Amino acid sequence: MTDQAEQAGFDRQGDTLRLHGPLTTRQVGRLWEPLLKAARGARRLDLSGVTALDTTGAALVLRGAAVAGGGAAEGMGGGAAEGMGGGAAGTGAGGAAEAAAGRKGGGAGAEGVRAEGVRVEGVRVEGASPPVAAVLQRARAALEAPRPAAAPRPLPFVGRVGAWAVGGLRRLRASTGFLGETVLMGLAVVPQPRRLRLADLMRHLDEAGLRAFPLAILLGTLIGVILAFQSSIPMRQFGAEIFIPPLVGISLIRELGPLIAAIIVAGRTGSAYAAELGTMTVNEEVDALRIMGVDPVSMLVLPRLAAALLVMPVLALLVNLTGLFGMGVVMGTLGFPAALVLNQLSEWLTLGSLLGGLFKAAVFGLVIAGIGCRAGLGAGRGPRAVGDAATQAVVGGIVATVVLDGLFAVLFYRLGW
Amino acid sequence: MAGMEVTGGDVTGQDVTGQDVTGKDAAGMEGTMRDAAGRADAPAVVGARGVTMAFGDNVLFRDVTFEVRQGEVFVILGGSGSGKSTLLKLLIGLHRPTGGEIRILGEDLGAARGQERRELLSRIGVMWQSGALFGSMTLLENVMLPLEEHTRLPRAAREEVARVKLGLVGLSDAADRLPAEISGGMAKRAGIARAMALDPPLLFLDEPSAGLDPITSAGLDQLIRDLARDLGTTFIVVTHELQSILAIGDRCIMLDKQAKGMIAEGDPRALRDHATHPTVRAFFRREAA
Repeated sequence: MTDQAEQAGFDRQGDTLRLHGPLTTRQVGRLWEPLLKAARGARRLDLSGVTALDTTGAALVLRGAAVAGGGAAEGMGGGAAEGMGGGAAGTGAGGAAEAAAGRKGGGAGAEGVRAEGVRVEGVRVEGASPPVAAVLQRARAALEAPRPAAAPRPLPFVGRVGAWAVGGLRRLRASTGFLGETVLMGLAVVPQPRRLRLADLMRHLDEAGLRAFPLAILLGTLIGVILAFQSSIPMRQFGAEIFIPPLVGISLIRELGPLIAAIIVAGRTGSAYAAELGTMTVNEEVDALRIMGVDPVSMLVLPRLAAALLVMPVLALLVNLTGLFGMGVVMGTLGFPAALVLNQLSEWLTLGSLLGGLFKAAVFGLVIAGIGCRAGLGAGRGPRAVGDAATQAVVGGIVATVVLDGLFAVLFYRLGW
Repeated sequence: MAGMEVTGGDVTGQDVTGQDVTGKDAAGMEGTMRDAAGRADAPAVVGARGVTMAFGDNVLFRDVTFEVRQGEVFVILGGSGSGKSTLLKLLIGLHRPTGGEIRILGEDLGAARGQERRELLSRIGVMWQSGALFGSMTLLENVMLPLEEHTRLPRAAREEVARVKLGLVGLSDAADRLPAEISGGMAKRAGIARAMALDPPLLFLDEPSAGLDPITSAGLDQLIRDLARDLGTTFIVVTHELQSILAIGDRCIMLDKQAKGMIAEGDPRALRDHATHPTVRAFFRREAA
């Protein structure tokens, strides 16, 4: 509060720059640039009027002295080299080295360098009261401490491409390793299903499956309504509205049901797996498991994979059924009785299409969960690692789903399904 | 100390002649005792009166009353679960006490709003238990952030000032590193540098030496003492590290879980030697209670 009462300031008389008042953080912001302008060419800095100095104020005084003595361009770091030159004349390197280290040297060596320094630069900072001098001294030692080496120059273009490729190959190797470990562990569980942790599996089935039901019902119904409604517009022009049920039905059970379910699982579950495992990785819980002799893949990954594998066909089926229901509602408003719609559906939809779709859904689930777990276990350090892992899981999961769907389309076509 | 000379332009070597501005001996208690005595009539910067904190029916502590005077290092100590860190959060206004009154620099931080609150917040600094450094910024940027928010310094000046603060805690060479790339002790020191960014008259430190090796911890204690002496900063330190308490504390209060409140107040060294309360004795003598 006293800061406000008294204003800090400065005035220049000849080659002396006089500072007065409390040089504290809130005052210095206003003074910084005008003071540095006024300091140019000054030979003496008079601090006798300074009533209080904090480290921010000290930074200003030191900067002002540097500007006065060595010109604005020269940073504080330059001083050490100057001192080295001056010190070499008489007092030896010992004092200079101490000074360069920015430590409370004391002793004759440092004293000598100080004297040299005054002569070399010709800027005297004087009149400081003991507390002000103490702060100034402390700030100076702080500024003299060695700075970090300059950041390495960014790699040229070719180097960046190379670094990117190497990084990509490393990730590929890690992912392949993860895939192999998972497959081996998965196969090891098959003869003894007890090793699959049932309690974990049930929890994941609940979280990934049951709790996603409302979302699946909502999205399925809406998709059915939208598809039926949109297709009714062109179909009506041909008087072909009777074919809306097979159109929507086949789209749903072959493609849209599994895809919508995949999006739900990638967004809800894949990201959750990545975040959960990512947090465990960051907290070294995964390492703790390894050291306890528990394989993290079998404990953490397999129950999640199994849950996603089992849950996806159910969700896809739910999307299918609710979608058909939504379509039925639209058909009802268009004047088609439910019996007719059901008749059309049973005539056009085959069990093969349905099972093919559900099989795809199961594969999608496996892949999405795998990508999520891999992203989590591969999480780096730092606060963004978990967020990055979750993003990777969702983006990777959805991209992989669409790519796989394309492969399935070709496969099913070749097989004539 | 008339005629003291501080060279500036060259910035080489020792300049404050004949004055040892950095205390050599962290355990040199004579000096600190003198300081404490000198502060007995200093104005109070923090006051707590009858502070009670309860979560539902579960009373953590009740009727905690103390004053912290300007320029002293005030230690809040107590065993695990005694509510030390909660008391700190009450003092800085993060939580409201169930009962009682807390005043920081003469004002009620919890009730302050708008500009008044901003003003008050710029006058306190907090070092969080694990540093709480912003992970996406380098240490230098972490320290520059409060300066950007609360001062009108130009960018180059903010950088210069931030470098001074990092230098004060001995982290000049780590200025460009990210928090994820530094050790726990460095994170604590960087946390102090950031807390000091605005040179606040009042600094709160939550467990500054917990989890640090004795050497780093002693260095931190030395730093706190130096800053208290040179800058006149008031420190409120929450800790349970005995060595640290004895090295830095001018005065302390002790909270206790069983008593649900304060069980001791005073000079930690006097408490060590003369305390009669069994828990206080056990604490200072490292006996199992």
